[in-house]
Amino acid sequence: MIPELGHYALVLALALALIQSWSPAMGARKGDLALMKLADSTALAQFAFVAVAFAALTYCYVTSDFSVANVYENSHSQMPLIYKFTSVWGNHEGSMLLWVLILALFGALVAWFGVNLPATLKANVLAVQSWVASAFYLFILLTSNPFRRLAELPAEGRDLNPILQDFGLAVHPPMLYLGYVGFSMAFSFAVAALIEGHIDAAWARWVRPWTLLAWICLTLGIAMGSYWAYYELGWGGWWFWDPVENASLMPWLAGTALLHSAVVMEKRNSLKVWTILLAILTFSLSLIGTFLVRSGVLTSVHTFSNDPARGLFILVILMVFIGGSLALFAWRAPRLKQGGLFAPISRESALVFNNLFLATACATVFVGTLYPLLLEALTGDKISVGPPFFNLTFGPLFVPLLVAVPFGPLLAWKRGDLYGVAQRLLVACAVAMLGLATTFAFEGTKAVLAPFGIGLAFFVMAGAITDMVERIDLRSLSIETIGRRAAGLPRSAWGTTVAHFALGVTLLGIVCGTTWSSERIVALKPTQTVSLSGYDLSFDGMVTKEGSNYRETAAHFTVRTGGTVIGVMEPSKRVFPSRDGMSTTEAALLTRGVSQLYLSLGDSNADGSIALRLYYKPFVLLIWLGAVVMALGGALSLSDRRLRIGAPRPAARVMPQPAE
Amino acid sequence: MILWLIFGVMTLAAVFAVCWPLASRRKYVSSGTDVEVYRDQLDEIGRDESAGLIGSVEAEAARVEVSRRLIAAAESAKSASAAPAPSAAGSYRWATLMAAVLVLPLGASIIYLSLGSPNFVPVTMNAARDGSALPAGIEKTVAEVEAYLKNNPANGRGWEVLAPVYLRLGRFDDAVEARRKALELLGPNAARLGDLGEAIVLASNGVVTPEAKSLFERASATDANDVMAEYYLGLSAKQEGRRDEALKRWTALVSKAREGAPWLPLVKNALARIDDKAPTFAAPPSKAAIAQPSAGVTGPAGTSAPAVMTAPPGPNASQVAAAAQMAPAERNEMIEGMVSRLAQRMAENGSDVDGWLRLIRAYSVLGEREKALSAAANARAALAGNDDNLRRIGELAKELGLEG
Repeated sequence: MIPELGHYALVLALALALIQSWSPAMGARKGDLALMKLADSTALAQFAFVAVAFAALTYCYVTSDFSVANVYENSHSQMPLIYKFTSVWGNHEGSMLLWVLILALFGALVAWFGVNLPATLKANVLAVQSWVASAFYLFILLTSNPFRRLAELPAEGRDLNPILQDFGLAVHPPMLYLGYVGFSMAFSFAVAALIEGHIDAAWARWVRPWTLLAWICLTLGIAMGSYWAYYELGWGGWWFWDPVENASLMPWLAGTALLHSAVVMEKRNSLKVWTILLAILTFSLSLIGTFLVRSGVLTSVHTFSNDPARGLFILVILMVFIGGSLALFAWRAPRLKQGGLFAPISRESALVFNNLFLATACATVFVGTLYPLLLEALTGDKISVGPPFFNLTFGPLFVPLLVAVPFGPLLAWKRGDLYGVAQRLLVACAVAMLGLATTFAFEGTKAVLAPFGIGLAFFVMAGAITDMVERIDLRSLSIETIGRRAAGLPRSAWGTTVAHFALGVTLLGIVCGTTWSSERIVALKPTQTVSLSGYDLSFDGMVTKEGSNYRETAAHFTVRTGGTVIGVMEPSKRVFPSRDGMSTTEAALLTRGVSQLYLSLGDSNADGSIALRLYYKPFVLLIWLGAVVMALGGALSLSDRRLRIGAPRPAARVMPQPAE
Repeated sequence: MILWLIFGVMTLAAVFAVCWPLASRRKYVSSGTDVEVYRDQLDEIGRDESAGLIGSVEAEAARVEVSRRLIAAAESAKSASAAPAPSAAGSYRWATLMAAVLVLPLGASIIYLSLGSPNFVPVTMNAARDGSALPAGIEKTVAEVEAYLKNNPANGRGWEVLAPVYLRLGRFDDAVEARRKALELLGPNAARLGDLGEAIVLASNGVVTPEAKSLFERASATDANDVMAEYYLGLSAKQEGRRDEALKRWTALVSKAREGAPWLPLVKNALARIDDKAPTFAAPPSKAAIAQPSAGVTGPAGTSAPAVMTAPPGPNASQVAAAAQMAPAERNEMIEGMVSRLAQRMAENGSDVDGWLRLIRAYSVLGEREKALSAAANARAALAGNDDNLRRIGELAKELGLEG
């Protein structure tokens, strides 16, 4: 009964979405308040019904109801409880349901908190949001129905893909989807503005927090996915330029650009047209990111299933939404009024510079990802565009951007003084030079690019702090002054500093991790020892363990440095009988500060030895730590009170809040 | 019944969500205006100026820009409030109301009824298999035997008799205990070791656990020709990803088998599905299982959805589900329809050997021996020149008893 309730709730959500996609838009055109108001209650009801559907599917997974085909295909009664929850979205159908759940949630949030939005804008936004939702409800019901039943109740399910039986699945997809779907808000606002033919001043104030929220989630989602690939796939890489990874990177790049251009729009009313275009592009890239994986054109770890009908449906959805919104943009954008003026050297220009480079980097990734697919479709030639292409194009594009990062926040609005800013950055420059020289002194010419990379990372970090140091008057050395000034600064300024600093941290991790990573591949017998970068690992023997739904063979290692035991490592292989012997590699990680020892098992040989890959990855954790701190910077900025004017706030009382 | 009631309540809630705002007589909707935003922008210029983020000249220019917009916004707000309140868009309201009251419930029902399965009653494979074959009152007999064994726990023969009944009743854990005791009391031989192993496999949902594996290994060591041990050691190899070993063991079993051995189809089927990613159903080649072929493994005509189950790359799960939900007559029609489509395809393009194999098997399962024979003949004609394919056709014909 429960799955049928979920199924029907989804159908009702579709029906409501269809009404919501037409009536409020008509109400906005005719000025009928009741019709506009309708969007609020339908958006809330829609969310309630999708939540019922999602809860029903979750219930089926937790109780292992194998009469539901989706549960049978992706679950197992012996699976630990947490994976029963996560396997709800560890498959195509369930993940689509999660996608629409988040979409409906955002719609409901606008309906609930958007009391001080202009009524027509709100009605149009919710209508546009509903167009997207309707398409996806239809897609789910017709081609990917998670509530399909099996006539004969199987005794046992087919288990979740072992690679997905990991904590990573609990975090990575929901975060990523919150990011992708979050950008749908920016999209809906952009399309609504185009339909209305003018942009309200509140527009940017609304779009900015939503974009920020989506960006934070996407940042964390990508970082989590990267770390997951690092420890689960067993060969120590953290980014593979895999098409699917690129698909999540593209909306991130565009979203980062959108975030920055929205600042200009919010403060100065400039860059309106460009911001609207970016909002459309970012969500389009999110759609591509979600669906490239499922249309059958790509195959990778992320591919859940391929089906021609599904692929066609997806292509139609992509064409309608991306093509439609871009056409609308081409038609309506010329009518939008331009805003404030600015000089070539100014904060505004710095943000334009940032946007240009981010957009170009994004375009590079786009070409590198889609060109091979296109070529194969048209000519049948298979080419592979790998890391060399991206390292050669993406890298050089990011270097000027990173150099410019410290300059941006120091430039004044409207007209800036580049020379003055350069003078203020002298200290940061000195720090960078010091880093460069030290690396060069230790490493010589072995790794030519590393000293420059480290210098750049130090420059970004020091440059981010420079502004703060001046504004809180750190040199006054009076704790009282510093504290008072620090508390007085708007949180968005702190957010900028933290996020820019974190960018430097990530860069440092990338440079160190790739330059000084050392690796050994050996075959060891029990009691033998292997050494790498000052760590001695002795192989004590194999251990067999019985998991709830897998069998594990682990190699037990004792790690010593200079004779003292600092820990044990147990890399293992898990075999899943219910998946016919599919196996996963569980790498063992030993963290020392922000560096890691990484040990992964290979095959066992006839002579009783076992193949091993051992890596020492100095500073590698900085990569993800940087991303987390970056997201934290975003959160700080999001918590800035002043950004909430006209933005999510329960009460209707609007009082400009002076923050300083 | 309760289900339909809840459906009704949900539909009402959905209709209400649309109708309620239309019914409300409020003329005013709280909404923000640009004026507040511009005021705030003016304040912010002041803050930026004092923080040195904008030069004083530029700040003044910016103030002028924003003030101009502020005045324009204030004026348009005033003219908007002075204008008569917008009239209700009558026809659109009616259309929306109709959509909510008529189209929504109707459309939702149509979509749901064509996709959902409201009258769905799942059929448990085990229940269907066991219930029919066990004599009435079996539970009572079991209880009596259990009571007897409680007083005479050293009666190994009693445990040995009870164990298969437990298996048939689906009480796998009890079966494991019974066989463990029988093995303890009567001493090991290949059959008892294998029986215990099999019970363990069934109790762990078809997974050959390490304990079961070692039991089969012991059984195999006692009697190298023990079929059950060989079959399960093969299954264990397959589950652990050693496909080649499974292939070797099962092929050896088949080659050693005497003609017409009851377990032969099961092993052959396991061989045919060795590359399937789907889990192999652990139906054992023991007496209990052979007497009651499970629907999932091999089935003579008469068990549910036979043709689809025996043809390896058969129709997809939804078609199977649909077939099982139909009345028997309809089901046969659907299956025959699929078979005739396949036959037509093969007549048009006869180079697909797997298609021929499927077609011959399907005819044979449907009991149409004549058609199966002629399909085999057609296949031979179409595939002439390819010895490997001809051999496969021949093997299948022999297996199905179509010739020799």
